[in-house]
Amino acid sequence: MINTLERIPWWRDRRVMPWIVQAVVGLVLLVVISLLVGNLVRNLTGAGLLLSWRWLGQPASFDVAESLIPFDASMPYWRALLVGLVNSLRVIVVGLVGATLLGTAVGMASFSSNGLLRRLARVYVEVIRNIPLLLQLLFWYFVVFLALPNGTAAFQLPGVVVSKSGLYLAWFAQGFSWQGPELVNGVWQAPLRLSVEFTALLTGLITYSGAFIAEVVRGGIASVPLGQWEAATSLGLHWSASMRSVVLPQALRVIVPGLNSQYISLAKNSALAVAVGYVDLYSVSETTLNQTGRALEVFLLLLGSYLIIDLLISAVMNGVNQLVQIRER
Amino acid sequence: MQPLPRRLLALPLLLAVALGGCADDSGSGGGVQSVKLSTIRGRGKLVCGVDGKLPGFSFLGPDGTYSGLDADTCRAVAAAVLGDPAKVEFRDLNSSERFAALASGEVDMLARNTTMTLSRDSAGGNGISFGPTTFFDGQGVMVPVASGATTLQDLNGKPICVESGTTTELNLADRMREQGISYTPLKFQTGDQTYAAYLGGRCVAVTSDRSQLAAKRSSFPKPDEHTLLPEVMSKEPLTPASVNGDPAWADAMRWTVFALFQAEELGITKANVAAKVAEAKANTNQADLRRFLGVEGDFGKQLGLPADFVPKTIAAVGNYGEIFERNVGSGSALKLERAQNRLWTQGGLIYSPPFR
Amino acid sequence: MTSLPPRPGSTTTQPLRPASPAPRTVQRSWAGVLRQELFASRGDGLVSVLLILLILASAVGLLRWAFGQAQWAVIQVNTTLFAVGRFPIEQQWRLWLLVVLVAALSGTSWGLLRAFPRADRSGELWPFNDRLAVALLGFLAAWLPAALALGFPLQLRWWAITGLLVAMRWIAGHWGRSWPPRLLKLVSLGWPLLYLFGMVLIAGGLGMSRVSPSNWGGLLLTLLMASFAILLSFPIGVVVALGRRSSLPLLRWSSVLYIEFIRGAPLITLLFLGQNILGYMLPGGWAPDRVWRAAWVLTFFCGAYLAEAVRAGLSAVPPGQLEAARSLGLSMPQALQRVVLPQALRIALPAAVGQFISLLQDTTLLSLIGLLDLLGTARTVMANPEFLGKNAEVYLTLAVLFWCCCAALGLGSRALERRLDPTHSPA
Repeated sequence: MINTLERIPWWRDRRVMPWIVQAVVGLVLLVVISLLVGNLVRNLTGAGLLLSWRWLGQPASFDVAESLIPFDASMPYWRALLVGLVNSLRVIVVGLVGATLLGTAVGMASFSSNGLLRRLARVYVEVIRNIPLLLQLLFWYFVVFLALPNGTAAFQLPGVVVSKSGLYLAWFAQGFSWQGPELVNGVWQAPLRLSVEFTALLTGLITYSGAFIAEVVRGGIASVPLGQWEAATSLGLHWSASMRSVVLPQALRVIVPGLNSQYISLAKNSALAVAVGYVDLYSVSETTLNQTGRALEVFLLLLGSYLIIDLLISAVMNGVNQLVQIRER
Repeated sequence: MQPLPRRLLALPLLLAVALGGCADDSGSGGGVQSVKLSTIRGRGKLVCGVDGKLPGFSFLGPDGTYSGLDADTCRAVAAAVLGDPAKVEFRDLNSSERFAALASGEVDMLARNTTMTLSRDSAGGNGISFGPTTFFDGQGVMVPVASGATTLQDLNGKPICVESGTTTELNLADRMREQGISYTPLKFQTGDQTYAAYLGGRCVAVTSDRSQLAAKRSSFPKPDEHTLLPEVMSKEPLTPASVNGDPAWADAMRWTVFALFQAEELGITKANVAAKVAEAKANTNQADLRRFLGVEGDFGKQLGLPADFVPKTIAAVGNYGEIFERNVGSGSALKLERAQNRLWTQGGLIYSPPFR
Repeated sequence: MTSLPPRPGSTTTQPLRPASPAPRTVQRSWAGVLRQELFASRGDGLVSVLLILLILASAVGLLRWAFGQAQWAVIQVNTTLFAVGRFPIEQQWRLWLLVVLVAALSGTSWGLLRAFPRADRSGELWPFNDRLAVALLGFLAAWLPAALALGFPLQLRWWAITGLLVAMRWIAGHWGRSWPPRLLKLVSLGWPLLYLFGMVLIAGGLGMSRVSPSNWGGLLLTLLMASFAILLSFPIGVVVALGRRSSLPLLRWSSVLYIEFIRGAPLITLLFLGQNILGYMLPGGWAPDRVWRAAWVLTFFCGAYLAEAVRAGLSAVPPGQLEAARSLGLSMPQALQRVVLPQALRIALPAAVGQFISLLQDTTLLSLIGLLDLLGTARTVMANPEFLGKNAEVYLTLAVLFWCCCAALGLGSRALERRLDPTHSPA
């Protein structure tokens, strides 16, 4: 017995080998990481840029175009970065809602009884998904939105004005009175104004993510057995009614996990704001790096912020997922 | 094949990585004189960081060649060091990465319409070494004539386009704060996007160096519809730079640029430089000219350059006046006035210390 | 939690259309099909009419713009910049040689695929798709150089290259079966060899002068970056996916850390890391050129996403497969290499190709860090006073180019999927 055991070569011994593998991998990782970090520390010390956060309190001395919280150039860097973070969150949240609505609509349209609508949904998805998002953003901003007319020539719909200087929406003004956009001295005024940079970024993100979400929705609906459709139809339900109350609730089980990764990628894609002049977290970080030279700290802040945003989205989507699954039972 | 030997292959790799770490200590000592010059010679090429998208200063044409005042500065240095203005490798750098590229040794020098400032020069700041200023500029503001704006005050509450990562952005914030003007800064990463947004009518004004504004205006479809406000918001001495810690290389670059100034002062041009050299050789009485052109003395050797680096440089790119006129002056589309960039003898700021 | 988005056509199940009967009835008239598809009900009819009007209006608008207002000189004048950036003119013959070699090898491989038919083909030498592809190639060779206003010598070159491709397709298709096995082996080895040789042609070596990466640009840089990252991310993805599923805690946790670190951050911040911080992390002089730094960032970025795709493939392989292989006496690496991975990779293929397509698109981000990829070149071109404000023309051209590349990748992956599917019956 013992003899046969001993004859097993050591590299096939399941008690020894895992430890050797781990030891070797661990050693390699340790050497590589300590090398990288060691160099980083040495070089940054040499340049006088070793990790320090004191600069966060110094005045930023640059302005930002739009901000939900009060800001001016005399305020410290941390405040500027916070402005960027808030702006990022703003575009992410609105983008998530918009992309979900658009994606669901297109995903459902690919099951329409109308052949043209079905094909159009297909074409939309195929066109959008095969063109880089950055290119689309530049196109929306420089070609579409900057070609919009201004002033009196702006596109006017009831409660909405679309012009080169931005999107003007009707909203509750002071005292809950509904107030629409109006032209004052050749400049549009409205209770709710979205800058054209924000609008262009939002449009690009929504149309891009919408195409991916449409595929997730389509996959979800396709996963519902055909019998469910037939059953709903034989009960006398209309197409839209059977979609709404029979198929979609079941499809959600498949859709929700798929949405999670799409939402996270939308959040990360929002960092491309820098290409269309919208002041998001990345844009402020880049300016901060230019002024302070603190590459490592700025990078860590960026990484941490996006990681937290990702985790938040995942947490919420996991909650939603559980909700959907329990209801199904 | 047993799995064991394959795993063993990882060992030499590990060793190499570990040794690589040790090799670093001997290399990063620095401080040796003129390491850069010998690197450039060994490589046979000068690597020069430029903007690449700015007509008049450095601009990539459809044929893949660079033109402009900054590009010619690079060529002048290449002609001086390597004897051939074509031995330049241009690298496009955007404003946020230029100093890192210089510090890491990725480029040998920077001729990227860079403003010389204290914090960029000082060892505690960006720690780079500036040469002689090749273009004296100031920050200005361009507006469409139709807007009717004539002073900064008229821009109150309006969007202004600006390139991010520049001194321009900070100057704008400072001036507006001083005068209590509120405005919306629309920032873009690159100049081309900044002007595209301005031309698209997204902002009422665009701010940058006045030369750059003039250059851009001249390239607009209807230049007459845009005007520069009279206010000069800052001093912008645009200056080539090299990395700190190699004084010999910094000197070689500095005196090559000064040679361009001096040549204009002495009336030596691309066309007549050969004749001037012949004249200096024939006439032993012209001591200044003989020293300048390297016929006499050892200025070149003192700088670590060939003795005839001046005539080679001038033959390659011409003197400063020629470079100016060709790229941004009357010979170019920009049609800029010499103004403060005239020679000191004509009341300008272009001045070379004596070649002595 | 991290399920990957399905790509169209990657599922073998047909999208079901609840409102219309699934099997097509044979031989219906055009009018009948139209009525069924567009005017099945009053509501449908209304929607159809609106959509048709919308499509017509936008098509007319686009055509009028493209042939009336648009000025395509910005593309025509700068073709060389868009294609290869600032690659030295006197060295461009190297790129032409590369194109010729690629055309010859593609033609040969294509022909051999048809000469040795697999389950998915009826064995026809010139199936309809192939005839269509050849027609398309012919059209492109005739139209594209003319549209780009290339000189006659250049037009001639493109005709010759297209002719070579089709000729090799024809030769290999007809006589490929009778070629000696050694030659066939050489062809399959041809692609990796050609890639290496292509790198030499582009970068220099073997007696050819060096062309520095900062002179690569345009389509050349885009394709080079994408192919480099795709090729090298594949082994990374497989190794990390195996590590992630390993029972050894150290391997598992370091893989998880890597994947989550990369996937948690936007690509632009990682490129930022590569450009601004990597230089401090490597010993002096070790830091590669910034083009290569970006290439490595792209590779490690793609590797993490690929690892997730491969992991999904691995978990789809029944555990019994590994157990069976182990009980046959195969060692762990052998079992993985011979039994588990081939199955897992086939399952992971659609997701992996989806990842490659998005990587190709992600190369546009290089323009944000100042590299002259296709988009970066476009931005340089649009800064030229002559072409100021020609945004629409340039962006539209790039969009069409990217669309074609990505769609071709998608088509190729679907064809490969069919070919690798062991259960597939000829349709």
